Amino acid sequence: MSNPKPLDPNKKLDIEDILENLEDYRPPRKGWVWRNVPEGGVDMGPFHYRDMAEPLKNSIGLPAAKYFDGIDPQPKCVVTTEIASGRFEDDIRRMRMAAWHGADHLMVIRHTGQSHIDGLMEGTPEGVGGVPITRKQIRASRKAIDMIEDEVGRPINFHSYVSGVAGPEVAVLFAEEGINGAHQDPQYNVLYRNINMYRSFVDAAEAKLVMTHAGIFQIDGAHNANATAKAGWLVMPELLVQHGINCAYSMIAGMPKELIGLSTVPPNSPPAPKLWYDLPYAVALRDFFSEFKMRAQQNTRYIESSIEEAIRTHTIDTLISMLTSADIQSTITPDEGRNVPWHYNNIRGIQTVKQTWAALDGIKELVELKMDGPLGEMSRDIRERAVAFLEEIIEVGGYFAAVEKGFFVDSARYPERHGDGIARDGQGGVAADSIVPRDPDYLAPVCAHFGDNHLPEGIEHACDLIGGCTLCKPEKIAYIDELDSEDCVATRLEKTWPYRKGDLIRPEVEWAGDGVVLLNLMIPENEAYSREAGLEIARRMGLKDPEVINLMVLHPSEGCFLEVKGRVDFDIDRNTLKIPEKVELLPEDEMREGVKQIGLKVVAGTVGEDEHSVGLREILDIKHGGIEKYGVKYTYLGTSVPVEKLIDAAIETGAHAILISTIISHNDVHRAQMRKLNELCIEKGIRDKVILIAGGTQVNSEMAAETGLDATFGRGTKGNQVVDAMIKALKARWML
Amino acid sequence: MTDDERIKQFEERHERLKNLSDAELKERFWELCNQVVTPIADLARTHTSPSIERSVLLRMGIDSQLAFGVVDRINQAGLLGKGAGHVLLKLTEKYDYDVRSAANHIMENKDVLNGLFDEVKA
Repeated sequence: MSNPKPLDPNKKLDIEDILENLEDYRPPRKGWVWRNVPEGGVDMGPFHYRDMAEPLKNSIGLPAAKYFDGIDPQPKCVVTTEIASGRFEDDIRRMRMAAWHGADHLMVIRHTGQSHIDGLMEGTPEGVGGVPITRKQIRASRKAIDMIEDEVGRPINFHSYVSGVAGPEVAVLFAEEGINGAHQDPQYNVLYRNINMYRSFVDAAEAKLVMTHAGIFQIDGAHNANATAKAGWLVMPELLVQHGINCAYSMIAGMPKELIGLSTVPPNSPPAPKLWYDLPYAVALRDFFSEFKMRAQQNTRYIESSIEEAIRTHTIDTLISMLTSADIQSTITPDEGRNVPWHYNNIRGIQTVKQTWAALDGIKELVELKMDGPLGEMSRDIRERAVAFLEEIIEVGGYFAAVEKGFFVDSARYPERHGDGIARDGQGGVAADSIVPRDPDYLAPVCAHFGDNHLPEGIEHACDLIGGCTLCKPEKIAYIDELDSEDCVATRLEKTWPYRKGDLIRPEVEWAGDGVVLLNLMIPENEAYSREAGLEIARRMGLKDPEVINLMVLHPSEGCFLEVKGRVDFDIDRNTLKIPEKVELLPEDEMREGVKQIGLKVVAGTVGEDEHSVGLREILDIKHGGIEKYGVKYTYLGTSVPVEKLIDAAIETGAHAILISTIISHNDVHRAQMRKLNELCIEKGIRDKVILIAGGTQVNSEMAAETGLDATFGRGTKGNQVVDAMIKALKARWML
Repeated sequence: MTDDERIKQFEERHERLKNLSDAELKERFWELCNQVVTPIADLARTHTSPSIERSVLLRMGIDSQLAFGVVDRINQAGLLGKGAGHVLLKLTEKYDYDVRSAANHIMENKDVLNGLFDEVKA
C-alpha cells in the first residue's frame, strides 16, 4: 500500500499525483464511522454545547464565527453532501471544500443509466447527471478522501449506490475498495428503474450480505415515494411499509440493525402547514423503527429555482430532525432544482445544517413534543394505516402480487387509491426471466455469499477452496485501468492543466475552467421584459450562452429579481495580478488595552476642498465599528479643514494622532495634502509626537512611504485597521 | 375487489387495530414485515443470477470484463445453476491450472464446458 503524502492547506490537491500508482492503492480502513460525541457535551469558546461532536483539526466556521472566537461546532450527527458533476477529478476538489465545512459523508450520484448496465463499468469516462462508478474512479476518490480526512482530522464516509441490475457486483467492488455507505433497496429497482422484481430481490440478498461483510452502512430508497407521488405527504403509511420491508429483508439476509438506515424526508413544504404532516410522520417512524438508524434527508420535491426558498425549507427540515432524532443529517444543495449542483451550493447546504444545529443545540432539554394531542393521534393514525397496508399485501398474495396490482406510490392516502400507483409485471422489466434455480450441488467458493452453498465435506470457510477470496486477500483484486484512451481522465486533465497547475485563472462552478458566472440583477420591468433585458445585459457584458435560471416577480409592473448564468471565455494570468501585502492585525484585546493605557486621542477631518465625509465617519463612529469602539477619543473638525488647523487642534488637545481623509485626486491634490501634513508637523517640531494617517478612495497603502506619513489606507478600510496602525506606531516609538 | 369494498375492509381492520396498544401495534407491524419477506428470502436462497455469479468471480480474482464473458458462456451452456465459481473449480481440477486460466480457457473455447459435470459423475 502506498502512503499518500499529507496535504498542505495552502496547496491545491495534486490530481495527477493521486492517480499515480493507483493499481497498488488499498484503503487504510473499511466500514462506516460515526462521529466522536463526548458524553458530557462540548465546551467551545464561551459556550457549552449538548448536541455536538468533537471539533475538527482544520475547518471553516460559519461567517459569524469571527465574533465568537472562531469556534466551529460540529453537529453530533454525520452530515452528508452529494457531489457528482460527471467528472470525479473535479468532484474530489469539492469534497475537500465540503470536508472543511463539516461534511463527513460524501455521496456520489451515479451516471444516468448506470443502473441498467448489466455488469461493472471500468475506466474513467465522463458521466451525465452523475459519475460513472468504476474501480479506478472509486480508488482515486478514496485515496483523495483518505488524505482529506487526515487534513481535517475526522474520518469521512464515502458513499454510492448498490442498485440496478449489477447490484451484487457493485457490492463486491464497494467492499473491496473501502466504500463506507451505500443505498441498497430492491424496491427502488422495481418501482423506479423497472428492473424485474424477482431478479432485484434475489440479487439484493447477496448484495446486502457482501455489504455487511465490509461494514458498509445501508440506506434504503423509500424516500423516493414522496419525491415521486403527486402529493408526497399522503403516501406516509406506504413509506413505513417500504422501510419495513427493506429492514426486514436486510436482517433476513444477515445485516445487523446498526448497519441499517432509513432514508426519511419530511414530506411537506411551505406554504403547506408543514409541521402538521412532517412531525407526526417523523414521530411514527421513530416509534416503529426505534432500533434502526435515521438518515434524515431534506425535501427536494418542491424545490425549483429559488435558492433561498430551498434553504428556508431545509432549515425547517433540520428543526424536525432535532425535535425527533437524526443519526445522519443529509443536505440537499439548494440549487438542485435548477442545475447540477455547483461547488459553493454544496457548502451552502452544509452551512444550513451547521447553523440550524448550533442555534437549536440542546432543544430537547428546553421543549418537549406534546404527544397527548393531535400529534400523538396523527402519528398513531399513520402507523395503523401502515399495518393495515401490510395486512392487505399478505391478503392479495404477498409482495410481488401487491406490486403487480399497483399498491405502491399511489398518490392517495391509504386505503384510498387514485389508481396512479406504479404497477410492475413479474414477468417483465429489465433482466426479466434471468434468475436460475440453484442445483443440488451448487457451489460458490467465496466469502459473504447468501443462500444455499454446498461446500465439500470438511470445508468450513468457503474461500479455502481457492486459497482465499479478494475480501480476505485484497492482493487478489483484479484492477482494470482504462478501456477507452480518449474518454478518460488523462485526456480531461490535459485540457484543464493550465487552470489547476499553470498560471491561468478562470471562474468555475463544476469543472476546472468551465468559466460559468452568475449575475444577480433587479430589472424594473414586468416579467417578459425583465427576462429579455437580463439576457441582453449578459450578452453585452460579454457572457456566452446566457440563460435566466431564476426569476422572482417583485411586482407585476415594478420589477423582477433575476439570476442570469453565462460563461466567460477569457483567462486571467495570475502573474499580471498585484496582491496587496496582508497586514496581520493585533488581537482585539491588545488593541483595546493599548488604547486604554495611553488614553489614545486623535483629531480628524477631511482636508482641502473636500466635502466627502462618509468614509471618515465610518472610521470614527462606534456605530460603524470605528475607532471609537476601541475606546479612542476623537475630535472631529468637519469637512474641508485646512491642514494647519488640524495640526493646531492636535497640539491643543494633546492628540496622539491626526487622521485626514481625502477623496479628490485631480492633479494629485490628495498626495499634496498628505505631504503637506508631514512637512508642517516637522516645521512645528511635533512630528515625533504625532502619528499621521491618511485615507481615501484613491489612496493606497504604498503612499505612506512616498508622502512621509505613518500609514495610508484605501477603499473598504475598517476602524480596527486604523487602531492597529496607531498602536503599532506608538509601540515602535516606545510611546507605549 | 371494488374500491368501496377495500375501504370497508380497511374500516374493519382499523376497528381491530385501534384496540392494540402502541407496543402491540409495533409488534404486529414487524410480524407482518417478516411474513412478507420470508418467502422472498427463500426465493433468493435457492436461486442465483448472472450478477451474483459475476460477483463470485470478482471475489475469485477475475476482472469484471472477463467475468462478464465467462458467466455469459456458462449461462448459455445451462450451467449457471452449478455456480460459475464451481465451474471454474471443476476446470482447475480437470486441467490443473489456476482459476484465471480456467476463465480464459472458457473464453477461448466454449466447448470446454460440454459435459463438464457429466464427466465428473461418470
